[in-house]
Amino acid sequence: MEHIRTPKVENVRLVDRVSSKKSALGTLYLTATHVIFVENAPDTRKETWILHSQISTIEKQATTATGCPLLIRCKNFQIIQLIIPQERDCHDVYVSLIRLAKPVKYEELYCFSFNPKLDKEEREQGWMLIDLSDEYKRMGLPNNFWQLSDVNRDYRVCDSYPTELYVPKSATAHIIVGSSKFRSRRRFPALSYYHKDNHASICRSSQPLSGFSARCLEDEQMLQAIRKANPRSDFIYVVDTRPKLNAMANRAAGKGYENEDNYSNIKFQFIGIENIHVMRNSLQKMLEVCELKSPSMSDFLWGLENSGWLRHIKAIMDAGIFIAKAVSEEGASVLVHCSDGWDRTAQVCSVASLLLDPHYRTLKGFMVLIEKDWISFGHKFNHRYGNLDGDPKEISPVIDQFIECVWQLMEQFPCAFEFNERFLIHIQHHIYSCQFGNFLCNSQKERGELKIQERTYSLWAHLWKNRADYLNPLFRADHSQTQGSLHLPTTPCNFMYKFWSGMYNRFEKGMQPRQSVTDYLMAVKEESQQLEEELEALEERLEKIQKVQLNCTKVKSKQSESSRPSGFSTSDNSTANTPQDYSGNLKSFPSRSPSQGDEDSALILTQDNLKSSDPDLSANSDQESGVEDLSCRSPSGGEHAPSEDSGKDRDSDEAVFLTA
Amino acid sequence: MEFAELIKTPRVDNVVLHRPFYPAVEGTLCLTGHHLILSSRQDNTEELWLLHSNIDAIDKRFVGSLGTIIIKCKDFRIIQLDIPGMEECLNIASSIEALSTLDSITLMYPFFYRPMFEVIEDGWHSFLPEQEFELYSSATSEWRLSYVNKEFAVCPSYPPIVIVPKSIDDEALRKVATFRHGGRFPVLSYYYKKNGMVIMRSGQPLTGTNGRRCKEDEKLINATLRAGKRGYIIDTRSLNVAQQARARGGGFEQEAHYPQWRRIHKSIERYHVLQESLIKLVEACNDQTHNMDRWLSKLEASNWLTHIKEILTTACLAAQCIDREGASILIHGTEGTDSTLQVTSLAQIILDPRSRTIRGFEALVEREWLQAGHPFQQRCAQSAYCSSKQKWEAPVFLLFLDCVWQILRQFPCSFEFNEHFLVMLFEHAYASQFGTFLGNNESERCKLKLQQKTMSLWSWVNRPSKLCQFTNPLFEANNLVIWPSVAPQSLQLWEGIFLRWNRSSKYQDEAYEEVVNIIEYNKELQAKVNILRRQLAELETEDSCGRPSEHP
Repeated sequence: MEHIRTPKVENVRLVDRVSSKKSALGTLYLTATHVIFVENAPDTRKETWILHSQISTIEKQATTATGCPLLIRCKNFQIIQLIIPQERDCHDVYVSLIRLAKPVKYEELYCFSFNPKLDKEEREQGWMLIDLSDEYKRMGLPNNFWQLSDVNRDYRVCDSYPTELYVPKSATAHIIVGSSKFRSRRRFPALSYYHKDNHASICRSSQPLSGFSARCLEDEQMLQAIRKANPRSDFIYVVDTRPKLNAMANRAAGKGYENEDNYSNIKFQFIGIENIHVMRNSLQKMLEVCELKSPSMSDFLWGLENSGWLRHIKAIMDAGIFIAKAVSEEGASVLVHCSDGWDRTAQVCSVASLLLDPHYRTLKGFMVLIEKDWISFGHKFNHRYGNLDGDPKEISPVIDQFIECVWQLMEQFPCAFEFNERFLIHIQHHIYSCQFGNFLCNSQKERGELKIQERTYSLWAHLWKNRADYLNPLFRADHSQTQGSLHLPTTPCNFMYKFWSGMYNRFEKGMQPRQSVTDYLMAVKEESQQLEEELEALEERLEKIQKVQLNCTKVKSKQSESSRPSGFSTSDNSTANTPQDYSGNLKSFPSRSPSQGDEDSALILTQDNLKSSDPDLSANSDQESGVEDLSCRSPSGGEHAPSEDSGKDRDSDEAVFLTA
Repeated sequence: MEFAELIKTPRVDNVVLHRPFYPAVEGTLCLTGHHLILSSRQDNTEELWLLHSNIDAIDKRFVGSLGTIIIKCKDFRIIQLDIPGMEECLNIASSIEALSTLDSITLMYPFFYRPMFEVIEDGWHSFLPEQEFELYSSATSEWRLSYVNKEFAVCPSYPPIVIVPKSIDDEALRKVATFRHGGRFPVLSYYYKKNGMVIMRSGQPLTGTNGRRCKEDEKLINATLRAGKRGYIIDTRSLNVAQQARARGGGFEQEAHYPQWRRIHKSIERYHVLQESLIKLVEACNDQTHNMDRWLSKLEASNWLTHIKEILTTACLAAQCIDREGASILIHGTEGTDSTLQVTSLAQIILDPRSRTIRGFEALVEREWLQAGHPFQQRCAQSAYCSSKQKWEAPVFLLFLDCVWQILRQFPCSFEFNEHFLVMLFEHAYASQFGTFLGNNESERCKLKLQQKTMSLWSWVNRPSKLCQFTNPLFEANNLVIWPSVAPQSLQLWEGIFLRWNRSSKYQDEAYEEVVNIIEYNKELQAKVNILRRQLAELETEDSCGRPSEHP
C-alpha cells in the first residue's frame, strides 16, 4: 500500500507500560490494516495486533540511547510504547501510521477488506438478524394511536432519519412536514419507544427553531398529537437534555426550546447534560489519570473528580431515570431533544428504554436498542469516533458514555442483564474498529449509498455467533430483576457510580480482579448441563440393564468412559502466581535482589524505601554515617552462622550495649 | 439488677422507630440492662433489638412535647426514635447514654449472655498456641515454645506462650524484653514452609538518642537467619517518625549493629489519624445531599483508601521479601500492636492458603490480633460518631478487614469465607454478646476470667448452621501465593460496610443467592450422577461376574 513507508522493522522493543524494565524484543510489521508486533521469544512468538482505525494518537518521543520511542494511544484505551532502534525507521513508521490512522475514503476501512469466510447468503442472513420492523411490532405497533409513516421515503424530509418512522396517527403528513421545518436539521418528533403497558411513549426530535418568539402551528399540533396518542395522560413532558444556559444561548441563533405558553399541556424540563466538547475533554482528563505512572490514591481520586467524568455519567443516568419514571410511574409520554437530537437524545432515550423494558437487557434486545436509537436515528458514528479523517472537534465519546451507563446499571442490578461486561467492551471496541459495517457513516442514507450490507459484514451476527462468551450466568428469564422496569433510588446516590477500570484500564490486566466470577459460573453452568445429559443417559442405561437383568439375559454392556468435563479452574494460575503490578508507587515487585539498588525502577524496594531507610543518606547522619554500603560491612560476609556473629566480642561497642 | 438505677423509664408506649430500608413502625420501647428493644404492639414481635454497647452516640431534639432520639451505632447505622413526652424522652436518652458507656467491663453483656445454641466446640480452646506450633514443628526444629511470659511478667501484652528461636534461652528473652517497647521482644509470627523464611514481630527497640544496644537482641534476631541469609526489618513508620521516636527512648535498629539486616521504612498511619479518616469517610457516605464532585472530593479527603493502599502495599512488600527474595523479615512500628499486626496478618493472607479458609482466618485473628495483644478494648471503644475522642481509639482492625475484603474482591474464588464473615467480625469487635474481643490482651482476659464467664465468638461461629452463612460458594482451594493489585484503580470503597445503611443491598443479595443456586445445583447433579454411576458399575460387575460384587 502506498502509505506504508516501511513494512517491517526489526529489533523493536515493546515496552511493558506497567514496569518499564520489562520489554519484549521483536519485529514490527505495518500492513494495510494493522500494526503487528511479533515477539522474538521463540517459544511464545506472542503477537500484538493493532488496527489502524483504533489508533487515536501517535507520539514520537525524544530519542534515547536505546532508540526512538513511539507512543501509540488507541481508542479502545490500549497504550503501546515501542522503541525503534533507528530514528529514520521510527520516523517512517510514524509518518506511515499518521496517514494510515486517518483514512480519507470509506473504502480504506478494514470492513471492506475483512473477510470472515462466510458466503453471500450467510452475510445477508447476518444483516437480517436485527430487524427494526420486528422491534416495532414487538412494542405493539402499529396500533390505534401510532402508525408507520412513509413521509420520509427516500429521505425526502430528513436525511439523517430512517425512512421508516412511527408517528401519532393524528399527525398528518402536512403536520409532520410543517413541524420538520421548525426543527434543527428537520429532525421532527418521532417515536423512539412505546410502552405498551400504559400507552406512554418516548419521542425524540431536535430543538425547535423558536428563537425568541417564533412559533409553528404544525409543530404545536405535532406535540398535541403525541399527547393524544396517550389517552390516559393530559400532558406530555418535553425534556431538553441541555443545560439551560446552552439552550438559551441557542435562541440567539434562532434555535432554542419550547415555550410552555405556546404548546398546550406540556411540562418542560431541562436536564443538564454537557455538550460533546465538554465530554471529549472530560474523557481526555480521565484517561490522563488512568495513564499516570504510579498515582497515589489522592492523585487518582482527585483526577477522577477533576475530570468530571462520573458527574457526566450521572447526568445522563439521571435524565434516563427521569424519563423512565415519567413513563412508567406517571404514565406520561415524553419528547426528548437536545440540539440536533443525535447525541444526548440518543443517550437518554436508550438509557430510559433500557430501564423500562427488560427486552433491551437481553443480548439481542441490546443490539436492537443500539440499532434503533443510535444507528437508525442518525448518530454520527463517523464524526464522533473519527473513522475517517475529519474535524477533531466533532469527535466525542457519546456512545462510550452510554455503554458505561449500561455497565453502571449492571453493577447495580447484577441479575438483570442477559449479557456480561465483555459484551459491552467488545461492542465498544468494534464501534472504533471498523471491522464490521454497522457503525460506518453518519446516517442510514449514507450507509445505503455505500451499499454497506452488500460489501461488509454485520457485527451483530458475529456477536450472536459467539454469544456463549457474552452471557451473564446470573441472568434468568424468570428472575424478578428481569421483569419490568428497573427502579433506582431517588436519592442522589453519587456513590453508586464507580470508575470502570474494566474498560479504561482493561489492557492493564494486573489491575483487574484476578479471578473472573462470570467465567467461573459459566463453566459451572456448562458442567451442570453436561451432568444433566449424563444423568439422563445413565438413568436410561440403568433402566435398560435392570430390565435385562429381570429377563435374566446377560447382556454385555459396554462401560462407556464417563465424560466428565475436565473441571474448571478458578484462577488464572499464571497471573495469580506472580507478584502483581503493584503500580501506584510500585508497579511490579522487582524480581531481583533489592540490595542491588536500581535507580530506574520505581519499585517498592527502591529509593524512597530502601535508600532512605539508611538514615545516613538523609541530613542527620550522625553515629551511623558510613554504613551506606551494607554489603561490604557485613562482618562475616554472610558466610558464618549468624549466631556466631552476634556472639562475637566487640570491645569497642561494649559501652553502648545494654547491660540487662 | 445493678442497672435498675440507670434505667429511669424502663418502658414507653407509642414510640415510632425510623430506620433505613424499613417503613416507620410504632411500638413499645423497653430498656433492659443491655438492650434497647422496640416491639410493635400488634403482633408482639421485636422490631429492634439493639445492644447498648453498639451505640456510639445519641442526639436528641424536641418539637413541642415530642422528643426525638437519634441513635448512631458503632456499625454506622443510624436510627431514630420518636418518643412522646419530654420527660420520657430525656429519661430514655440519659439511660441509653449511661448504659452504652459502662465503665466496668464485667458489667458488659458477655458476662450476662446465656447462649441459646448448643456448643459443639468450645471456641476458647479452638486455637491453642501449642496446636498452632505443631503445624510448624513438622517442618522445622529451629523454633521452640517459650513459657517465659507465663505470668505476663516479661511482657504484659504478650500471651503466656510464644514461639522463639530454639537457640535463645528464656534468660536472653528477658533481657531482650527490656530493650523492646512494652517488653515486646521479637517472636515468630509466621513460618513459611516453602522456603523456611519467617515473619517476626516485636516492639521498637529502645535505642534512645545515644544509640543503646542489646547484644541479646542482636543475637536473637540473627538467630532467625539461616547461614548466609539476609533479612529485612520493615519499620511501619516513616524514617522521620522513627527518628523522632529516639527522643522518647524508642528508635530503630541501626544497621551497623544488625549488619545482616536491611531496614525498610513504610509509613502506616496510627491512632487519631485513622480515627479522623473513619469519621470523615462515614460522614461522606451518610451525606446524600452533595453532588458527584463533592462526593469524590470527600472520599478523597477522608484518606481511607490511601490508608488501605499503604497497608496493603506494606503487606505485599513483606510477602514479597519472604516469597520472592527468600529473606526473613522482622516487622515493628512503635508498640508493635497495630500496624505491625496489620502487616503480619495480611502477609499471611497473601502467602498462606490456610489463612484464607474460615478456620485458618479465625486462627489468624486469634494468633495475630487477640493473642498478639492488639488492644481491642481501647481501639474499638468508640466508632465514627463519637465526639469525645480518645487518642487510643482507632479503626485498626477494621482497616485490616477492609484490606482482606480488597484481596477477596480481587480473588473472589480463593477464600473459603465470604464478605458477611468479615462484616460479622467487624460488628463483634465493636459490640458483641461474646467475650472474644473484650480486654486489651491475654493478661487482661485472664484476669477477667473470660474463658469461664463468657462465651467465645468461635463457639457460635463454628457450627454448621452458622458456617454455611459465611461460606463463599465460589471457593476453590488455591494453593498459590495471591498477589493483589494495589493500584488506585483496583481499590474500592467497601460498600458492604460503609454504604450498608445507605443503599439497599437487595439486588446484590439476590445475585449472591443466584450464585449459591448455580453452585448448589451443580453439586446436586454431581452427587446424583455419582450414585448412578456406582449403581451402574455394580450392576455391570454383577453382570460380567455373574455374582454380586463384594465391594459395592
